[in-house]
Amino acid sequence: MTEITMIEAIRQAMDEELARDGSVFVIGEDVGVRGGVFRATQGLFEKYGEDRVIDSPLAELTIVGVGIGAAVYGKRPICEIQFADFIYPAFNQIVSEAAKMYYRSNGQWSVPLVIRAPYGGGIGGGLYHSQSVEAFFTQVPGLKVVIPSNPYDAKGLLKSAVRDPNPVLFFEPKKGYRLIKGEVPEDDKEYTVPIGPAKVTREGRDLTVFAYGMMHHYALQAADTVANEGIDVEVVDLRTLYPVDRETILESVRKTSKALIVYEANLTGGYGAEIAATIAEWGFMNLDAPVRRLAGPDVPAVPFSHPMEEWFMINPEKIADSIRDLAAF
Amino acid sequence: MPLSREKKKEMFWIMLLSRRLDERAWVLHRQGKIAFHISGIGQEAAQVGAVYAIEKGKDWLVPYYRDLSMVIAMGMSPSEFVRSLMGKAQEPTSGARQMPSHFSLRQAKVLSHSAPVATQSPHASGIGLGIKMDGGDEVVLTTIGEGSTSQGEWYEAVNFAAIHSLPVVFLVENNRYAISVPHEKQMAVSSAADKACGLGLPGIEVDGTQMFEVYDAVAEAVENARMGKGPSVIEAKMYRLTPHSSDDDDRSYRTREEVEEHKKQDPLILMKKQFIEQGLMTEEEYNDLEDKAKKIVDEAVEEATKAPYPKGKEAATPVYAEEVKND
Repeated sequence: MTEITMIEAIRQAMDEELARDGSVFVIGEDVGVRGGVFRATQGLFEKYGEDRVIDSPLAELTIVGVGIGAAVYGKRPICEIQFADFIYPAFNQIVSEAAKMYYRSNGQWSVPLVIRAPYGGGIGGGLYHSQSVEAFFTQVPGLKVVIPSNPYDAKGLLKSAVRDPNPVLFFEPKKGYRLIKGEVPEDDKEYTVPIGPAKVTREGRDLTVFAYGMMHHYALQAADTVANEGIDVEVVDLRTLYPVDRETILESVRKTSKALIVYEANLTGGYGAEIAATIAEWGFMNLDAPVRRLAGPDVPAVPFSHPMEEWFMINPEKIADSIRDLAAF
Repeated sequence: MPLSREKKKEMFWIMLLSRRLDERAWVLHRQGKIAFHISGIGQEAAQVGAVYAIEKGKDWLVPYYRDLSMVIAMGMSPSEFVRSLMGKAQEPTSGARQMPSHFSLRQAKVLSHSAPVATQSPHASGIGLGIKMDGGDEVVLTTIGEGSTSQGEWYEAVNFAAIHSLPVVFLVENNRYAISVPHEKQMAVSSAADKACGLGLPGIEVDGTQMFEVYDAVAEAVENARMGKGPSVIEAKMYRLTPHSSDDDDRSYRTREEVEEHKKQDPLILMKKQFIEQGLMTEEEYNDLEDKAKKIVDEAVEEATKAPYPKGKEAATPVYAEEVKND
């Protein structure tokens, strides 16, 4: 096992899938010669050529719409949207086309497509380089929505996404690209992480924090902090947001009886609301306290200026405070 | 390649059969036997001319919802079409999930399409990209109405195909109206073919009431695409002889005189006249074809009427290509 960064794990996953399957290709803005603005595709253009690592025009619906066409033809496209904030021009293609193709053709046409997009704030990106867009897609059957929180899962889940016969939205916590490091098997090119199951990443008895992506990373830090104060926190990394792993969620609630859901998107109508509803509907009798959500405030997006961005963003301290509140209930 | 006499007669037959089937759909709607119909009446010459320029089973068709005669030519049976009108089970395009005329025939490489317009155009370019990557010589024919060429998706699709010199033929069926909005309110150019020059590919305008003119234009574009010379835009001009759909009342936006005037240019009448004048068909043969079409359409309606509806719970699948539990 070698310790690598998130971005390196993602790059390795694409490299290995391109090498494994000739039908896999990458398409997106600046993914070719430049190697991606975050360097996720660094070296792939040189290794696989311009036909399989394609610099697209500056047009997101082209990236996804052409990807869908190539997928029904029989290719396995990996589409990169440079920032999740720029995914909206492709929304129609994702929701009306990729998600519904299999159902509407009664199984004639499947769309094996991966759409990668860096999401999330805390990087000084302002309104349009910081958004968390997952909730727009987690109510669309036909799509799968995946958000990894560490290099091991990022690599294993991305490989699973490429091999999945369905459209998979793969949102990557960009703040963690170089910040989060972890061990990834060096020689085992066949290891994957299945799409679907959530994972208990820290066992505890007093309450459960449910999170994903960057917020999961922070939740583990917060859990360490409050452990010194005698609060024993369980942490669940949701990993696959849709379809949702309700069993793992409810099992943890049965054990701890208290739930805090952390997500950095806007609070209202966010993905955490679905987790809260799941717990309220099927875990109510196990609860010792109201389900809590800690999420981004209901302002349109993350502001640019540092103090305002800090005000918006969830951090380990805010999570630790919410844990203390809930533990004291 | 010049069309044989037999091939030409076959093309006329597809036009005629599709027309009679389409007309019956309107009757079924007025009788309260179906909920919805969207028509291709007035567009059959262009559709049949274009679809005969591709090779069935080899080339791809990415159609839109008025392309009944194209899809009949590609192998959808009249009975299957009437089942889709009625929302009956064993309907081949979508298992009765989609509204009628939202076609898909996997075995004939006819791709499923939706109702938001122009979404199919980038798919055609994506298929073209796949073909080019594999070094194949298949071609993609994709169609669209002139109103839908106002969508960014159409421009983006044509732009991408032009950049990569993809084997795609973009056929615009200009029937003058997008529901109520006429050509002049969709674009400042007289033909969608004129839009091609700004994107770096050939744009050809053709009379969409003339089946063989359309065939010739599309066949040349298909040949170029097959040879690796890249995509083309072709606009075929015609007139939508019916309201937009069974839910539309076109009296609210165009005069009866205008419609009557265009009925004189009904491509079925023009083609019949041409076939008889050129000795491709006698009046007697034509009457036999009419009888045959009526019989087939009658039988199609009878069969489809008897066919069962799907069970409600069949709607639960298939959501994922590999079923995922999400209960």
